Amino acid sequence: MATKTIRVDYLTRVEGEGALELDISGDAVSGVRLAIFEPPRFFEALLRGRAGTEAPDITARICGICPVAYQMSAVHAIEAAWDIRLDAPLRALRRLLYCGEWIESHALHVVMLHAPDFLGFPDAISMAAVHGEAVRQGLALKKAGNALLRLLGGREVHPVNVRVGGFYRVPTRDELAPLASTMEEARATAIALARWVAAFPFPDFGRDYEFVALRHPTEYPMNEGRLVSSRGLDIAVAEYEDAFAEHHVAHSTALQSGLRARGSYLVGPLARFNLNHDRLSPSVQALADELGLAPGCTNPYRSIVVRALELVQACEEAEGLIAAYAPPPAPAMAVTPRAGTPQASTGAACTEAPRGILYHRYDLDAEGSILQARIVPPTSQNQSTIEDDLRLIATRDLALPEHELRDHCEQAIRNYDPCISCSTHFLRLTVRRQ
Amino acid sequence: MTRPALLIGLGNPDRGDDAVGLHVVRRLAARGLPGVTVAEADGDTLTLLDRWAAAARVVLVDATEPAGQPGRIHRLDPMSGPLPRELGLGSTHGFGLAEAVELARALGRLPARMTIFAIEAAHFEHGAALSAPVAASVTAATALIVAELAEGLADA
Repeated sequence: MATKTIRVDYLTRVEGEGALELDISGDAVSGVRLAIFEPPRFFEALLRGRAGTEAPDITARICGICPVAYQMSAVHAIEAAWDIRLDAPLRALRRLLYCGEWIESHALHVVMLHAPDFLGFPDAISMAAVHGEAVRQGLALKKAGNALLRLLGGREVHPVNVRVGGFYRVPTRDELAPLASTMEEARATAIALARWVAAFPFPDFGRDYEFVALRHPTEYPMNEGRLVSSRGLDIAVAEYEDAFAEHHVAHSTALQSGLRARGSYLVGPLARFNLNHDRLSPSVQALADELGLAPGCTNPYRSIVVRALELVQACEEAEGLIAAYAPPPAPAMAVTPRAGTPQASTGAACTEAPRGILYHRYDLDAEGSILQARIVPPTSQNQSTIEDDLRLIATRDLALPEHELRDHCEQAIRNYDPCISCSTHFLRLTVRRQ
Repeated sequence: MTRPALLIGLGNPDRGDDAVGLHVVRRLAARGLPGVTVAEADGDTLTLLDRWAAAARVVLVDATEPAGQPGRIHRLDPMSGPLPRELGLGSTHGFGLAEAVELARALGRLPARMTIFAIEAAHFEHGAALSAPVAASVTAATALIVAELAEGLADA
């Protein structure tokens, strides 16, 4: 049989470096491997021996796009280990900071990374010449998110203001107040953007995913909740490792995660929306209705619409949190490992990074030093689901010219806004035909 | 009344020669340049579009990838066309200076005049100081920028 190889040196518009390999035998796809060759960075190992209080700042360095997610999962895991419960005002500020990151990250992905796929442009720069207004809107939203991060996190990239027990410094009302109008404008911009992306042509694709997300009694999930799935999973975050397992695959430096009972699953905006539609604000639910998006959506291409809706949600929530802000009595609660009880402890937390659930677990000794750390980023969790999508798409499109097959595969990967740097930069696609 | 000019140094202060842009603009800020606002950028390149849209005259200082002549200073005029790819003015996070310039061009957000001084790095080591040849280039770069801005102001 003839063997054919297609090679794409860099898959663009994803965060991180990796490759995609497709094996094609005759008219069938015999192998799909999302191969992440970015070197592992051993964060879990270098955390050992460090103080638990250092985990939020060390793990924030895993990602320049979603450092707040790392800080939030780390800080909540350590606080769980040491039985620290935050007062409502501190909790609200953490949510406001996370809104900032969702706004930054979603604006970047929706406009700069993903939209060009639907409109037939190779990148946002060439798209800007035709769709300048949308690009300006995306940049304006990103700037609004940056403003929240700068004030609450101390700086826009790799914020430094989160600590176990709260923050190092909290803003005054006067410092926060000007951001109310920024968020009001941002919300209007996000609504316009949501209407723009909802009118894109979406490929007819869908399958029966198991969606996994956090679920909170009253809030759209961000910092806390139970872990639920579209197939009945309903567990406390502390039970995560009972239900999910990571395993090595030969072709990737990143571990792949699966449900012990059922294998691959999907995390991220589409999972959150499907499992938490009723937790969106009434106005965002109404906007989803207007845009024809209902819970139960199984088309991953429509995740761009969900991201845009989540942008609206985050801007609206930020407006509300700013309006209701009263500075907490102190920037942080008192922190003593296990309230002074000298004993070892374990704490786990899951928060909703823009790309999906991010799990952290820390085992700590009596002095509060980290004995062991476990970090499971969203892209590790979506990896095998992405491979499953690619198998179907490559099989469907096998007869297409190779550049089209390649484009379709790359677009399918970008549905997940993969952050390959988090998982362990550009992706290389190799197709072997025999 | 002089027209507003903006001098921006780009770089990560903790990555060896990547910090050279910061060293150059800090030295110029210390000596004081009338009519020139000095700024530093170390993170999100996309934020540059807003910063420079308000200025009539922009001068940027950044490091380029090592290519065998550390400390070599390139003077680039992005108004005349895309920045040369081989200098590596990109970013591992997708949007580097070259992309920010092209995006600004597409959106009509380039200032009336822009000059980029790009200094070739020897290394980007974590936590390291500037390499000797790059540190030695700082004085020459500041002199070139002073001359550039004097010309810009004289034109105004």
